[in-house]
Amino acid sequence: MLSVQENLPVEFSEQLLAKFAEVVSRYPAGKQKSALLPILHLVQAEYGWLSTDAMDKVAAYLQIKPIEVYEVATFYTMYFLKPQGKYALEVCRTGPCCLVGAERIMRHIEQRLGVKEGEVTPDGLFSWRGVECLAACGFGPVLQIGPEYTFYENLTEESVDALIDTLKNKGLGQ
Amino acid sequence: MGRKLLLEHINEPGINTFAVYRQKGGYRAVEKALKTMSPDDVVEEVKKSGLRGRGGAGFPTGMKWSFLAKPEGVPRYLVCNGDESEPGTFKDRYLMTHIPHALVEGMIVSSYALGANTSYIYVRGEMMPQIRILENAIAEAKAAGFLGNNILGTGYNLEIYVQPGGGAYICGEETALLESLEGKRGNPRIKPPFPAIAGLYGCPTVVNNVESIAATVPIINDGGEEYAKIGIERSTGTKLISASGNINKPGVYEIELGVPVEEFIYSDEYCGGIANGKKLKALVAGGSSVPILPANLITKTATGNPRLMTYESLADGGFQTGSMMGSGGFIVFDEDQCIVRNTWNFARFYHHESCGQCSPCREGTGWMEKVLHKIELGHGSMEDIDLLWDIQRKIEGNTICPLGDAAAWPVAAAIRHFRDEFEWHVLNPQESQTRNYGLAHYADPLEPVVQ
Repeated sequence: MLSVQENLPVEFSEQLLAKFAEVVSRYPAGKQKSALLPILHLVQAEYGWLSTDAMDKVAAYLQIKPIEVYEVATFYTMYFLKPQGKYALEVCRTGPCCLVGAERIMRHIEQRLGVKEGEVTPDGLFSWRGVECLAACGFGPVLQIGPEYTFYENLTEESVDALIDTLKNKGLGQ
Repeated sequence: MGRKLLLEHINEPGINTFAVYRQKGGYRAVEKALKTMSPDDVVEEVKKSGLRGRGGAGFPTGMKWSFLAKPEGVPRYLVCNGDESEPGTFKDRYLMTHIPHALVEGMIVSSYALGANTSYIYVRGEMMPQIRILENAIAEAKAAGFLGNNILGTGYNLEIYVQPGGGAYICGEETALLESLEGKRGNPRIKPPFPAIAGLYGCPTVVNNVESIAATVPIINDGGEEYAKIGIERSTGTKLISASGNINKPGVYEIELGVPVEEFIYSDEYCGGIANGKKLKALVAGGSSVPILPANLITKTATGNPRLMTYESLADGGFQTGSMMGSGGFIVFDEDQCIVRNTWNFARFYHHESCGQCSPCREGTGWMEKVLHKIELGHGSMEDIDLLWDIQRKIEGNTICPLGDAAAWPVAAAIRHFRDEFEWHVLNPQESQTRNYGLAHYADPLEPVVQ
């Protein structure tokens, strides 16, 4: 069951709708449901997470049932069903990265940000979580930050501190 | 120095652009295939090459292609599997990042061979930068007349689109990938029907790994027979190996199949030896799903022959004393690593990634994770070790897709080869929380096999 703690009414911009249309054009007529995953990525990049209202409007746009969107959004780990920090740090926690110190890096991030995995810092800037293998095992430990999924490799406590400082200076604005 | 077929020009500045790739001989395979060969000729060359699927299963690519149904008036699809998620594997990310046109060129050649006019490259969603790189490469190729309508005046039409996944290991399984591409949850389909008969949108479909598709380029350029001259026995050509863990030079290496494992680990051309002067304890040779091997079964097989980087030699001895080539995810463990902790970590991974469709996998992976965590934390009993063995036995072979097997094998192999390390955790609950079991006897020479 989709447990909704928070909702956010959205109105898709003309620009976003144009992007949706381009995605739908990649598939044969009548197979517009194929556009669901890419469109959910576009929506999440716009709003930071997927609210029920946003998912319902995606369903209406693709002429599918809302449940078809919910079941996809809850299956795939990249989709956030609640608000995240402006910078959602995702650290690889799988075997090969752990061989080279990923667990140490996650403990450091937890201490440095002062919030537990899955929580958002009070200033709204950061959240973090461990994720499974990001296919960069030779360059571990690694973390990524959406919506562009910028990659940071060969992490050390120092490089994580420097990254967090840089993001803090950028703040909530672009 | 081994021959490089995929990464020959990897250090060329600008090789990610169409102009430089073309100047280095790129898109010759497209010209050759479309202008001088029939689609069946292309399939024949790939068959002759002996190329085996580079995603993990190692099924002959040419044979897979020859199974494709060709009913009149029904579109056929080529879908490239770029959902690289097998722990220890990062070769496809590397290829797509640095030499994207190798994949685009391979897609054109392969699509032509299969008679596909629309092809998709399914890339895991976390690889957004690589998705942009590929979309850019596709646009460049199209502007140069290698994609779109009437390619090179041959009358052949092809569009290639990149599809992002949503973060799910299971979508690397080909039927789950097709479900995902249709906008659904990644639940694997029951086979038959195989995708070659009813795949994407119910149409005949071939799903191939990124590296397999890229490998068709040198196969067409030089001919399948030339490609098959590289390697040993049924392990032909070159293979990208993703090397990670406690080694001096982690990274992606293109090897000629047949390089000794010892040379791959210790020579400066490849991994450069174990990091920090430590000793080798264990190896996962082909991604987290394949059986882990202790030090004394890595460089030599149980019968005392040098172990080679080939499909056959890595599997020598079966699961009793061998492993698998898998996806080429080569994870090296030094003497300080805890096998129990790593096995728990992998078990958690499979629990997290199980789609939940089949009970043995959905329940079994979670159960194994819990039991392993208990042992790792020093709360385990001897019966727990037997319980783990029992659970993995009940998962293996009892699920729709191979994720169940992939979850069972690492646990089985860890207990098979490292049982005393598990027992040490049980018998020394406090000490096991402060230090690791270490290398112990795992590098000691084996007793000669009694026939």
